[in-house]
Amino acid sequence: MASVSVPAGGGRGRGLLARPTATTGFWSWFTTVDHKKIGILYGITSFAFFIVGGSEALLIRLQLARPDQNILKPSVYNEIFTMHGITMVFLVVMPLSAAFINFLVPLMIGARDVAFPRLNAFSYWVFLVGGIFIYSSWFLGGAPDGGWFGYAPNSVVDPSRGMTFYAIGLIITGIASTVSAVNLAVTILNMRAPGMTLFRMPVFVWMSLVVQLLLAFSLPIITVGLVELLFDRRFGTHFFDPAAGGDPVLWQHLFWLFGHPEVYILVLPAMGIVSEILPVFSRKPLFGYQFVVFSGIAIGFIGFGVWAHHMFAVGLGPVANTAFGISTMIIGVPTGVKIFNWLGTMWKGDIRFTTPMLFAIGFVAMFVIGGLSGVTHAVVPSDYQQTDTYYIVAHFHYVLFGGAIFGLFGGMYYWWPKVFGRMLSEKVGKLHFWMMLIGFNMTFGPMHILGLQGMPRRIQSYPASLGLDFWNLVSTIGSFTIALSVLIFIVNAVSSFRKPKGMEADPWDARTLEWSTTSPPPEYNFAEVPVVHSLDELWHRKYAETEGGRVVPVAAGGSGTEAHPPQGDGHGIHLPGPSYFPVLASIGFPVLGYGIIFNWPLAVAGVVILLTGLFGWALEPSAE
Amino acid sequence: MASDIAQPAGTHGAQIQHPVTSTGLPNMKLAMWLFLASDCLLFGALISTYVLYRGSSIVGPYPSDVFDIGYTSVSSFVLLASSLTMVLALSAIQRGDQARMRIWLLATAMLGMTFVGGQVYEFTTFFHHDHLSLTTNLFGTTFYVLTGFHGTHVAIGILMLLSVFGLSLGGRITQDKAETVELIGLYWHFVDIVWIIIFTVVYLIPTGK
Repeated sequence: MASVSVPAGGGRGRGLLARPTATTGFWSWFTTVDHKKIGILYGITSFAFFIVGGSEALLIRLQLARPDQNILKPSVYNEIFTMHGITMVFLVVMPLSAAFINFLVPLMIGARDVAFPRLNAFSYWVFLVGGIFIYSSWFLGGAPDGGWFGYAPNSVVDPSRGMTFYAIGLIITGIASTVSAVNLAVTILNMRAPGMTLFRMPVFVWMSLVVQLLLAFSLPIITVGLVELLFDRRFGTHFFDPAAGGDPVLWQHLFWLFGHPEVYILVLPAMGIVSEILPVFSRKPLFGYQFVVFSGIAIGFIGFGVWAHHMFAVGLGPVANTAFGISTMIIGVPTGVKIFNWLGTMWKGDIRFTTPMLFAIGFVAMFVIGGLSGVTHAVVPSDYQQTDTYYIVAHFHYVLFGGAIFGLFGGMYYWWPKVFGRMLSEKVGKLHFWMMLIGFNMTFGPMHILGLQGMPRRIQSYPASLGLDFWNLVSTIGSFTIALSVLIFIVNAVSSFRKPKGMEADPWDARTLEWSTTSPPPEYNFAEVPVVHSLDELWHRKYAETEGGRVVPVAAGGSGTEAHPPQGDGHGIHLPGPSYFPVLASIGFPVLGYGIIFNWPLAVAGVVILLTGLFGWALEPSAE
Repeated sequence: MASDIAQPAGTHGAQIQHPVTSTGLPNMKLAMWLFLASDCLLFGALISTYVLYRGSSIVGPYPSDVFDIGYTSVSSFVLLASSLTMVLALSAIQRGDQARMRIWLLATAMLGMTFVGGQVYEFTTFFHHDHLSLTTNLFGTTFYVLTGFHGTHVAIGILMLLSVFGLSLGGRITQDKAETVELIGLYWHFVDIVWIIIFTVVYLIPTGK
């Protein structure tokens, strides 16, 4: 194969724009197609949105700290809690998971990049412009204010432009996620190194694959719902209009048919991360690897059959409610299996309580609480009492914050040396963990009580006479404790960059392939594509087992990986060149979106930009 | 250093020679199958909406007032015939016959355009003659959005066909690029199959009023 190490020359005059060549420097981030750089872009962007969404949460807690307050007037309060939900779900947890998946999956399966590198860049840029589009609504006629699930007909008749931005913005981010789902699923199925069979893949890769399939099959459903909402709002159609015979409950079905798989889209990557961290710091293989994998797959399947448990109070009738109550209890089983696998992994392990390990254990503990309160929703009569109360808010924050966010922070501490070549401070990290754990439980623990006392969700204020003041105040104090712990993390992250770069390849004595290359990895990931012989490939290269079952290091010079893996010089490795077109094409989407809202010529311009980008992309000469 | 052993290359390499992939399927083809599977859910949700609202319109016109089954049967036949010409285009390029491929690609695009043109004519007839608009009733809402989504899919297919036709005039679609034609073919057949379902559900099954 004719190949060049670095893309040479600026194309050959064909195509719309000369192919960019720079792979370093500020502007290279706009044209990069390197999965590691795109992963970092996803990480930085979603963390920025995390700060924004977190600030919105603090505003909510400030407003609710005392009874009868009016810090935020009701209309603004509606916008704030809606944007908090949209931000945290679509602009934080999903892309932060995408950051890990992008960076790690090719490294873990021994590939040099994803299957379609330019498409990968396109996904990121479309996600970014989608997020900016949604946030621009604050300045263009009001932010979405109908809750993150935008129930019709409220979302249709809402007089501000917010819910139109919601519909278009989520379609745009949905396109980003669908494209990336196809790309990453193909990567995992098709780009594995020799010997990397499906059942030698790390659990994180497995969970990533399940998530990509969930995305590919659930996003089209919400897309249809959002298109129908958009048509109702913008063109006066009658999809959710009871006066014309339409049925608002259709929206709920379409939304939750997506919305419940979405819950697993949010939490499965974190489960994958925890399944990587626990074995490394217990110095034991994952207990029941196959069970964990199959449980993840089972969760993915059953996740499509439980959506109506979000709608018990709608009045679907006893048969539907019972069926969905049962399926919801069933989905608790594979989840419970995983919990025991994680406990079994730690059992009699040689545990090192590093920061990533603390976050992983925190994940397991908090997820158990969230899971148990979730099972109480499966009991229909009990759910009637809990629907739309703070009990629900408590439940899903235990799975999405105590679960997903704890897992993702654990992943940051664990892979930080791999991504940036520098360690985060363990001391500061532990402070971060304990403050976050305490703050988290102070914030969301009391919400169980408030909910059972009958405090409804999405109210702007409550009278003093209801006896809700104490736990609300505790919750507010807790939320600021979380904010402080995030601040500590930021200090830790920033100060890590003061340390000299140059981390050993495998600082944690880990088990999977990404630790066999340098930290940070070279552009081409592996100088030589690894040949895989077993699950936990790296571990087996480093250690062998004696007949008595004792683990002994493989003698240096054996088949093991040395402290400094073979560098190679990267010559002869063909890498895809950077490109302007993904970012150019992505700009078409928000322009089209603004056009639909404000004026039609702009919409046409959006389509033209998109098509120009795509045609330029298709005709772009390869860098050879 | 021989470092390219059996390593799946990126997209660019993939089109030139089929690299070894873990499943044996080329990346692009696997991606197209996954995309089409995802698109099934899109049409699934749209068709479900239509079926759910069948016979729910409070005011007319109703489906039986506007449909001309004979007319739409002909245009459906035209669309299905285009699947045949698509297959012939693929078979031609796989034999390396660029001239025939161009003819069949163009024929496929023309048949597709005939179908979309027929749809536009149908829409305008419904709109002007029968006074059925997007906002008249639930039937108008669901009918136009469902068939409009399908028509948009056909239009995108036509755009891809014409693009490949244009590229082939420049001699850029050679026998080893047959996969490009095959991918468009997959998409095109998918859109045809979806139309069979839509035609059956929307036109052929009577709603009662």
